[in-house]
Amino acid sequence: MSRVKLTFLQVMVAVVSLAIWHILTTYPIFGRMILPPFFFSNPLEVVKQIYVWFATGVIWKHLYVTLIEAMLAFAIGSVGGVLVGFWFARQPRTAAVFDPYVKMANALPRVVLAPIFTLWLGLGIWSKVALGVTLVFFIVFFNVYQGVKEVSPTVLANARMLGMSERQLMRHVYWPSALSWMFSSLHTSVGFAVVGAVVGEYLGAAAGLGYLIQQAEGVFDVAGVFAGMFVLAAFVIVIDTIVTIVEKRLLVWRPVVGDARP
Amino acid sequence: MTETAAATAPAHSNDAAIALNAVDVAFRLADGGVYRAVESATLNVADGEFVAIVGPTGCGKSTLLNIAAGLLAPAAGHVDIFGQTLGTLNRQAGYLFQADALFPWKTALENVAIGLETAGTPKDEARARAADWLSRVGLGSFGDRYPHMLSGGQRKRVGLAQVLIRDPKILLMDEPFGPLDAQTRQIMGNLLLDLWNADRKAVLFVTHDLEEAIALSDRVVIMSAGPSARIIGDWRVKLARPRDIAEIKLDPAFHDLHREIWQMLKSEVIKGYAQAEGR
Repeated sequence: MSRVKLTFLQVMVAVVSLAIWHILTTYPIFGRMILPPFFFSNPLEVVKQIYVWFATGVIWKHLYVTLIEAMLAFAIGSVGGVLVGFWFARQPRTAAVFDPYVKMANALPRVVLAPIFTLWLGLGIWSKVALGVTLVFFIVFFNVYQGVKEVSPTVLANARMLGMSERQLMRHVYWPSALSWMFSSLHTSVGFAVVGAVVGEYLGAAAGLGYLIQQAEGVFDVAGVFAGMFVLAAFVIVIDTIVTIVEKRLLVWRPVVGDARP
Repeated sequence: MTETAAATAPAHSNDAAIALNAVDVAFRLADGGVYRAVESATLNVADGEFVAIVGPTGCGKSTLLNIAAGLLAPAAGHVDIFGQTLGTLNRQAGYLFQADALFPWKTALENVAIGLETAGTPKDEARARAADWLSRVGLGSFGDRYPHMLSGGQRKRVGLAQVLIRDPKILLMDEPFGPLDAQTRQIMGNLLLDLWNADRKAVLFVTHDLEEAIALSDRVVIMSAGPSARIIGDWRVKLARPRDIAEIKLDPAFHDLHREIWQMLKSEVIKGYAQAEGR
């Protein structure tokens, strides 16, 4: 399929969906509205709401807060995950002792922690950052742990025969391997950082996209909820695109599936 | 390069580069038993000598190489490197592995240079020498490629340069050309002989291909089928050097030797297969 045709079809999906949504919420069919506007709003209302947000500039503050929270959650969670992942992978005994607790903590639905974080850290950004960290940490941790464990024994033996010391092994073998695993989960962990921020805001905050959606919901402003969702989706796509660019630059050495040899 | 006691002490001229003395290799099995892979292997490789070990699959040839490299400790017996008993890693040996051992996150040039950089050579000098080595193995313009962008044969060339740049006194090779196609093997064999001819390191070369062994080496050592594999034969290859792998295979002396060794190897190969199937 050519690129132009693909883009055209992708746009068509959006156009058709919006058209159906618009028709079903605006025109009665057989004397009956299939989607009552009170519950489903309609596309024009949503666009109007988004336009107002951007025109008045209210949205920037909320976007900024969510972005800061997500970035902090990602940074802190990643650093923690890398350190603990390395530590556990190099100290199998410590890993064995903590294993059941790590599994327990990871199995816990993180949403239940949100009220506790709010209690501990207040309604500001840090309770949302903490929620994001609990999500990001485990993804990074498991990947780094795996990355260090799964270094090819041949590559390791080769490194030893080439005269590498323990520290050089760390730098030239374990670290790049762990990093490649971490980057392979970059999309997931960045996504979860945003999820942590938004869910935290939704459950109690003074600013942010989640707060915006929650406020609209509180006054049955369905158009506001949808508008918030669309802005959030666009926000996530922009971040994901940036991650893809970063990933391509950092993992040049990795074979792309289906990549022909030059 | 890291200087070890063995390197600084003047080596006696009669000390072998590698001396395996009654080496046993055993592995502990998951069920608590012990698998005896190699039994009482005694083998000397003189300085400058090219020795090939040939044996059926699963006879423990590679294990013996790991023992000489110090990656594995023998269950009994000991290994002497230039007269010094080997305790830890063999710092005087370079090891070319059967499987891919290049660092996938480094370019070809970085892969070759790393062995010098870890030994403290300044980065610029290490890179310059690595570029020189890459052109010696015929990959001068491939320095910025990552391993996945190279063919199997090219990766082996990079591996060869990676090992040789450190100028080890001993070269250990574990079926290095095993995964390559026939033509590439021949080209790699000739490349290896050319490089080896320049300074004649002691080489211990493991292969299951008898023709390759005879064509390359000064001595061919035959191992029996495992478990408890033993060295059962030792032939001297008196073919003139320098050799060309393709041409030497047409030499009548090559054929006579091949026939003679194959008589012994054949029964072991059959035993090896029977054992592999019985597993």
